[in-house]
Order: sequence, then C-alpha cells, then structure tokens
Amino acid sequence: MELRKNYFADVRKDGLHEIGQPRPRSDSPGHVTGKTAFFADRNFPGMLHLKMVRSPHHHARIRSIDTSEAEKHPGVVKVLTAKDVPHNLYTILILIQIGPEDETVLADGKVRWRGEAVVAVLAETERAAQEAAAKVKVDYEVLPAVFDMEEALKPGAPIVNEYHGQNYYLYDSGACRKVRFGDVEAGFAQADHVLEQSYQSSPIEHAPTETTGCVVAPEGNDRFTCHTNTQAMFFTLDNTSIILQMPGSKLHFVGGTVGGGFGGKVDVIVEPIAILGAKLTGRPVCFVYSREEEMQISSPRAAEKVVIKDGIMMDGRIVARKVTGYTDAGAYSRHSPYGAQKGAGHYPGPYTIPNVWIDTYCVYTNRTPSSAMRGFGVTIGDFALEVQMDKLARLIGMDPLEFRFINAYRDGDMKAHRQPTEGAALIECMQEASRAANWPVAEKYMAMSSYKNGA
Amino acid sequence: MAIRRGRGVAAINYPTGMNLGGDPTQALVHSTPTGNFMVTLSSVDLGQGMKQIMAQICAETIGVPTDRVVVDTADTDTGPHCMGTFASRGTHRAGNAVIQAAKEARQVMLEVAAEELEVNASDLETDGQGNILVKGAPQKSISIFDVALSAHFKRGRSISGRGMFLIPRSYPEKETGAMKPSTCYAHACTVAEVEVDDETGEVTVLTVKNVFEIGRALNPKMVEQQLVGGSWMGISHALYETTEPYYPNRDHGGTDFNQYLMPGPGDLAETEIIVLERPSADGPYGAKGPGEMCANPQIPAVANAVFDAVGVRIDTLPITPERILRALKAQAN
Repeated sequence: MELRKNYFADVRKDGLHEIGQPRPRSDSPGHVTGKTAFFADRNFPGMLHLKMVRSPHHHARIRSIDTSEAEKHPGVVKVLTAKDVPHNLYTILILIQIGPEDETVLADGKVRWRGEAVVAVLAETERAAQEAAAKVKVDYEVLPAVFDMEEALKPGAPIVNEYHGQNYYLYDSGACRKVRFGDVEAGFAQADHVLEQSYQSSPIEHAPTETTGCVVAPEGNDRFTCHTNTQAMFFTLDNTSIILQMPGSKLHFVGGTVGGGFGGKVDVIVEPIAILGAKLTGRPVCFVYSREEEMQISSPRAAEKVVIKDGIMMDGRIVARKVTGYTDAGAYSRHSPYGAQKGAGHYPGPYTIPNVWIDTYCVYTNRTPSSAMRGFGVTIGDFALEVQMDKLARLIGMDPLEFRFINAYRDGDMKAHRQPTEGAALIECMQEASRAANWPVAEKYMAMSSYKNGA
Repeated sequence: MAIRRGRGVAAINYPTGMNLGGDPTQALVHSTPTGNFMVTLSSVDLGQGMKQIMAQICAETIGVPTDRVVVDTADTDTGPHCMGTFASRGTHRAGNAVIQAAKEARQVMLEVAAEELEVNASDLETDGQGNILVKGAPQKSISIFDVALSAHFKRGRSISGRGMFLIPRSYPEKETGAMKPSTCYAHACTVAEVEVDDETGEVTVLTVKNVFEIGRALNPKMVEQQLVGGSWMGISHALYETTEPYYPNRDHGGTDFNQYLMPGPGDLAETEIIVLERPSADGPYGAKGPGEMCANPQIPAVANAVFDAVGVRIDTLPITPERILRALKAQAN
C-alpha cells in the first residue's frame, strides 16, 4: 500500500503521535495463537443444545404440529413452539418505528420460506437435539409460492406476507422510495442519445469464518447473560426484550470479538429463542448455526434488479438519469426496507446530473429473507451504474475514464437527494488511477480538482 | 479461439453511517490509579480492528502512548449505547465519541496536574510519552502516572469523560426524496486487467489497481488489511459468488465451502493499493469509513474489462464462464 500525501496536503495536519502510525493490533497475537475467546468458547455445566425444526416448503399452511415423539426422545429437555414465545410476531426496525411487525420467531400457522424456523428442540447433547428434531411431525398444506420479483409484483400473485397486504413494502411515499430532481423527461428530450439497460444479481453469502450463534447462561438472579457474536449489542438486547416481554434489566449481552460478520450478524435471530430456552429450563443454552445453516438459513445479500435509463449529449454530459431499483427482501422485511431506501439516496452515483428520477422498491418473495451485507443497498447499484457508464462512453466514442471526469461531482454540486457535495475526491482518485494503471487522459482532466474553486 | 486481454475502470463513492435513527454511539473513558486509560464501549470488533483504532484515537487525544490504553468492547452492563458495527460507521461514529470522552478526561487530568505544578491548566501540554509539561518550560513537568496517583489518592478527582456522537435523524421528504442519509463520503477508482479464454469462458483477473480516498488512514497497516481484503471480496462477487446459481431457482444452493465458490490463493490478482487522504470535516482526525466502499469498484471494473476483452456484456452477477459462453454464442449468431 502506498499513501499519496501530495493530494489535499493543504487541508491535512500530519505529524500526530499515535494517529497515522502503523501500530500492530493488540488482539492479533491472541487471534493467531488461537487464544482469543469467542462466544462458542463459553462452556457451562449442564448446557443444553438447541436445534431448529425447519420448513421444507417455500410456502405452506401448518395444519398441525405433533411434538410428542420428540419430547420422549432420550436427552430432550424442552420443545418450544410459537405459543411459548411471549411476543412471537416482531420486526427488527420497530425500535426506530419502522413496521409493521411481519416475522415470527417460530412459525405460527404458516411458513413463507424454505428453512423457516417452526419448532425449537432443547436437549442434553447436540446429537439428541438433532435426532429429536427429526421426530417432530408437521402437517403442511403446500401453497403456491412466488420466487421472482417481477412475478411477485403482478396482480394476482400469491401474497407472501399478509402483514404487508401486498408484495412490496409500503413507504410513506407509496410503493417505492422516490427521489425527484429537475425534469427527467425534459432531459431525455434534449439528449443526443438515450440508453436504457437492465442489471441483475443473485443473492450472496457473507461466509464469515465464525457461524452465527450464542450461548446463554442464567445468572441465578432472574437475569440472563447472552454471549453472542451479534454486530449490534443493544439492537439485539432491545429486540429480545420486546420478543420475550422481559425488562431490559434482566438481559445482559456480552460480545465484542467476532470472527467476521460483513453484515450477516445484524439480524436478531438466535438470541431471543436461546434466552427463552434458558428461561424455561433454568439451564444454559447453546444455539449455533452449522455451516449449512449459515449458508442456507442466514440472510444473504439481496438479489437486486436495477433498470437505468440515461440521456447523454455528444460532448459527454449526462443530462438525465432514471433509475428503478428492486430489492428482493425474501419473505420478511428485516433490514431490507432500509436497504432499498439507501439505494435511492445513493443513485445516481458520484456524478452531477441535472435531471434525476429514482424509484426503489422493496419486494417480498417466498425466498430466504435477505438483509444487510457489506455495501448494503449500494454494491449492486454501483455495479449497474459503472457498467452503464462504460456503455455510455463507448456509445459516443469517448474514453471511459475521460467520460467520468466530465460528469464527476465536485464540492458544492447539488446531489439528487438535495444535499450539496462536501469533501469530494472522485476526480483525484481517477487522476491517481490514470497514473497507476498507465491509462492516460487529456491534460485538462489531470488539471481538474474536486475543490469548489478548483479548475 | 484465443485468450484475450482487456481492462476496465470503475469509480464510486460510499456513504459513512446510516442515520436511520440518528445513528448514535457513546463512549466512556476513565483512568486507573496508575495512569492507564480504559475506554468502555458496547461497539463490536468484527475482526476489522475496532479495539486497536479506538485505543489509538484515545491515546492521541489524551496524549499518551497507545499501549497505555485498554479498550473494553461490547458488554451491555458496562458499555454505553452503540447502534452497532455496520454501515462503515465503526471508526467514524465510535471514534468521535471516544474523542469527546477523551477530551473531557484530558481536561480533568490537566487540572490535577496544574494543581500539582501550581500553574494554570491552560499552560500545560502533553509530550505523547506519558508526561505533562509546562509550555515553554519543559523542565517543569509531571508524569501522568503521578497525576493519576494524586487524583485518586490525594485530590479525590475522577479522571474520566463521557462522549457521544449523534446527528439529527433524517426523514426523507415524500415527494422529492430530499434526505441526509449519511455524513461524509469515501471514494475509489479501480482499474482491472483480465484475461478471458473465449473457448472456456474462464476469466483470470491479472491485476487490480485500486485507488481509495478514505479521509485519513488512522493506522495505515490496518487500512491496508481492510482494503486488500475488500478488493478480494469485490473480485469474488464479480466472478464467483452466488447462493443460488440458477437464480431465482432455490435449487443447488451452497451448503459448505466446497459448493460455495470463492477465489482461492491461486486465483488472486496482483493487487495494488494507493490511498489518498482528504480529511472529512466531521470525522475523527478526518477519517471516513472505508470498510464497505473498498469491496465495490472491482465488480464493475472486472465486468468492463471482460467486455474490453471479448466484446460481450454480462449484466447479471456473477459473471460465470457459462454466461460468457452463452453471450459469445449469441454474438456469433
């Protein structure tokens, strides 16, 4: 890695004592010698293991659940169903007033994706829990399912999640989050060329080294300590408090050292049910995803579809951009309504475009619920935007790097979501890339600056 | 049939923070009787090095070496509130909270030192080595160790501080979408060079040259680990990863690392990382959040390089050999 200190030298104070120093990490010796304690290193006497009975169907009504054989299985201590969860219907962002509650901790009456949790089995050993889980009998009536966002949005599509009433999240702005800036149709009318293209992605797994999980121990005073690898301690504590209808003062969360998350550990999935198990049995409980569960059950990055329509002039200026984004939330909201909204704020990318029109939809399908992942709401959008930029440049016979200089945002430029640009540095990054990659651009671009009064 | 070479460029920006509920994080800082400092948070270290960075930020602000600072992360009984480690917000939000807490603790420390040295607190400075000196008269000094002993055992003072980062929550305007979803933006530009085998559809990423602008590199080695790892993830997203290879069909989803494809050591591109620093106005010592931004520009840069090599556009991720071969076949017809 090289630090190029010649850029922005006039606004940077160097020569600090500790900041800017390549100090070795204090926790790295523990990590590389295997001595760092992660949540799963906690082992308590009498600890129970929790295994989930999961839906084999994408969409089905639950006619009945029979746990009698599982309860008789040697080593089984407790079997939990929806009726055992005090506030079974929840949604994570309800803490900041984003509803409606649309997901069950344990399925109640219906399953909406393959892998959904239906029954929790607590046993003396992992093996006993697994064997007993296989003995739970669930009678399903399979329902029509929808897996494709466009199909889900069509009239007459099976309703994935009744708590929403339709297969999209209803924002205060309607079926989508909107951004409107300038007059996009006037921009297209003025343009020398108009190009509309569609981009698509499939879900992506976070693949952390450490799988999702927690170990819960009763403190003996009606309090419960939850050792967890959540990425957000109070998010999890506060949601658990609502789900279990327990005062937050009865909950103690300990974490802090996590073996990779990338956004995959912000959903509140394992902790509430494990704490409930500890409360109802009075014993410590361990609930850890297997690698298969991590890959099949935990929320992936959403599949997305992005449609971009641009109007450009022969001189390289983009004069209008219309973006429609679709985020596949899967069967439940989790953080997806926010991800789709974040996308709306991110388009039209780091470019100054006078006329912008953006709609982003959060769509429900009978697929694994998606949620946050590194670059949440932005990563696939950047793929779409920057491939589109390449196509636009080639359409008018311009060098793709020079084309970006013409449109790059600079300090003071108004963005489509009506925030003036501050601290821009796109131009300087491209100038340095031009040098590093030996991809020359015209001298006038190398003389540009992101500063408000720059060339 | 041949191996064809191409290169592609992509440039991006990325917001720091999420500002969904005001995006708050708090920090507490206090000294032990021997003049070491404890930072208490409920922020999580995901492996990116949050503890080390918070120690350096606290040390710089108080004026002690980093190894005099211990960081306690993520215990809800002891740590004040943090929204969480996501949205490229860890260093930025928690760092600002630690600076505020450390400034308050430093002020108490200087007040105690001023009483010991019989001068005004405003006449004192720290040397970064564990001592407090009188400005212009450095021979008149006291160690932070002695200041802490005095505070704890003689003067009954708590060398401690409270810190908070909070910005007002932004509610998007319904009709126009006017909103302030984040504070500062990090930037990047990547040029990728690839080889595409037009007989097998296989893509080899030869080089990625990544330029990242991240505000300030608070610890350059740790910035490097983040940026190199992120660049690898970007290439992985571009060419390999999907939980559902026949999307939207759910069949054949991966269940382990044999079935979920990612590039191995033999697939690594030659990776060059260049960092620019334009300090952000509201960042801790100017830092922005590079954690997510660094994994994004490689994806379109690789896609554009594939086009440059073989003249077909793959607009669906991941860019698999099958998709390239189908596109080449369609183009030939």
